[in-house]
Amino acid sequence: MINYQAIRVIYKYEMLRAWHTLLQTIASPVISTSLYFVVFGAAIGSRIEQIEGVPYAVFIVPGLVMLSLLTQSISNASFGIFFPKFTGTIYEVMSAPISFFEILVGYVGAAASKSMILGIIILITANLFVDLNIAHPFIMLLFLVLTCVSFALFGFIIGLWATNFEKLQLIPMLVITPLVFLGGSFYSVSMLPPAWQTVTLFNPVLYLISGFRWSFFEVADVSVGVSLAMICLFLLACLLLVWWMFKTGYRLKQ
Amino acid sequence: MQSIVSIKGLSKVYDSGHQALSTVDLEIHEGEILALLGPNGAGKTTLISIICGIVSASTGAVSVAGHDIITDYRVTRDLIGLVPQELTLGAFDTVWNTVNFSRGLFGKSPNPAYLEQLLKDLSLWDKRDSELRELSGGMRRRVLIAKALSHEPRILFLDEPTAGVDVELRQDMWKMVRRLNESGVTIILTTHYIEEAEEIADRVGIISQGQLLLVEGKLDLMRKLGKKQLLIELRQSIEEIPAALADYNLEISADGNHLIYTYDTQGDRTGITTLLQTLHETGLSLKDLKSSQSSLEEIFVSLVSTK
Repeated sequence: MINYQAIRVIYKYEMLRAWHTLLQTIASPVISTSLYFVVFGAAIGSRIEQIEGVPYAVFIVPGLVMLSLLTQSISNASFGIFFPKFTGTIYEVMSAPISFFEILVGYVGAAASKSMILGIIILITANLFVDLNIAHPFIMLLFLVLTCVSFALFGFIIGLWATNFEKLQLIPMLVITPLVFLGGSFYSVSMLPPAWQTVTLFNPVLYLISGFRWSFFEVADVSVGVSLAMICLFLLACLLLVWWMFKTGYRLKQ
Repeated sequence: MQSIVSIKGLSKVYDSGHQALSTVDLEIHEGEILALLGPNGAGKTTLISIICGIVSASTGAVSVAGHDIITDYRVTRDLIGLVPQELTLGAFDTVWNTVNFSRGLFGKSPNPAYLEQLLKDLSLWDKRDSELRELSGGMRRRVLIAKALSHEPRILFLDEPTAGVDVELRQDMWKMVRRLNESGVTIILTTHYIEEAEEIADRVGIISQGQLLLVEGKLDLMRKLGKKQLLIELRQSIEEIPAALADYNLEISADGNHLIYTYDTQGDRTGITTLLQTLHETGLSLKDLKSSQSSLEEIFVSLVSTK
């Protein structure tokens, strides 16, 4: 028996929270993405040649979408679970007849939905600046969904782990943002010196951006199959970690 | 009487090494109002938190209506409502949204009519569209109660419900507790005020330093608490109680200079007048009189020391 009502109210609550902080959740990523277009696409991009047959301003679109998806999925999900922990209202969720699975579906599902909506909004925004053609829309959507779910799950783990606001920001700031920038959001890995190309292969975000970009232009740094395999692996790792956290009551139950 | 919550050998040692509960056994009867009385840090909140699933027990087992709280948590938690001690509420939700959220969380389908009546009973209906951060402390307490009752629980835990609450709300709360109790809801509340237990409870359990020292009917406990002692200081020491005074509940102090008379303030007559008259007749002369009542602290101390 699954407590659908609980999933429904948690999901709805989290979606409503985005509504209350509309500026923060939707407007600010859209504005910052537009700025990236102006700076990298129009100003700098006009002086850069095409990359593998794709104009630079178009080439960076998938990377920009990924940048927002990753940071927003993480921050949405980590805040969603950290805040009740911080204010103490988590007591109610813990004393309710809900399984960990249902809690997860509610919180992570809402966080992933929000960043998916955001990703689509950014794509529409991008379409205003450049002429965008998506070669494989369904694979693009698959990447979108898998990325949002995986990183919302990862954010949920951070939210459970964090004991204060500093820790909450630590991983997104110090780990995720550098990985996204170094993962080929704004360039093709082939533009790097050979030694750095090897180093970059250890960056998991590279596989995400590469696969996502392939679904647009059929241009990729690594094969799309490897990209899909890597993101599934990451999803699985997060699932295992969150399962262990729930099993042991980590940072939730004393 | 049938027991609805059954606690067996429950212990809790926190990661810090603090032993919050040590082998607590307790049967909570269906339909009763049980007050758990004890000083701050006695383990009351820990006990409640374990039953509700917020804290896991170190050893021991709890069953609610015959179901284990861990293996059958969906059944047991469905039966329980919890009003926590702290005023923990979100800030931006409205009263109406938050009670609907609570109801859904417990797996119940929406029932606006029930929730409307609930909010009216708690004088919250006018505030249904207010955001929680706009409410006063007393109102927030009412919202917490409404949330706990939103899924129609059969057992209600109230953790220190009167902490920081004014007289009016306290009386409203007791009225509501009685009304719920009459409809068959079992109520467990914690407090450190003996007067509160006296006012509302059927049975009283005393917890100190993680141990449940006793659970007794309120009246029995009040009788114990109601005992008073009269210390009679004599001019000359005596070896034994004079025969004329044999009928009185008297003791001689170790030095023989005092007589100790224990009596019940709740009895119709204390017997002091006749005792003094008899004393006078036996020729014993008095130097001083002093009366004392055992306080809750003294009862705690004596209960702990006899353990």
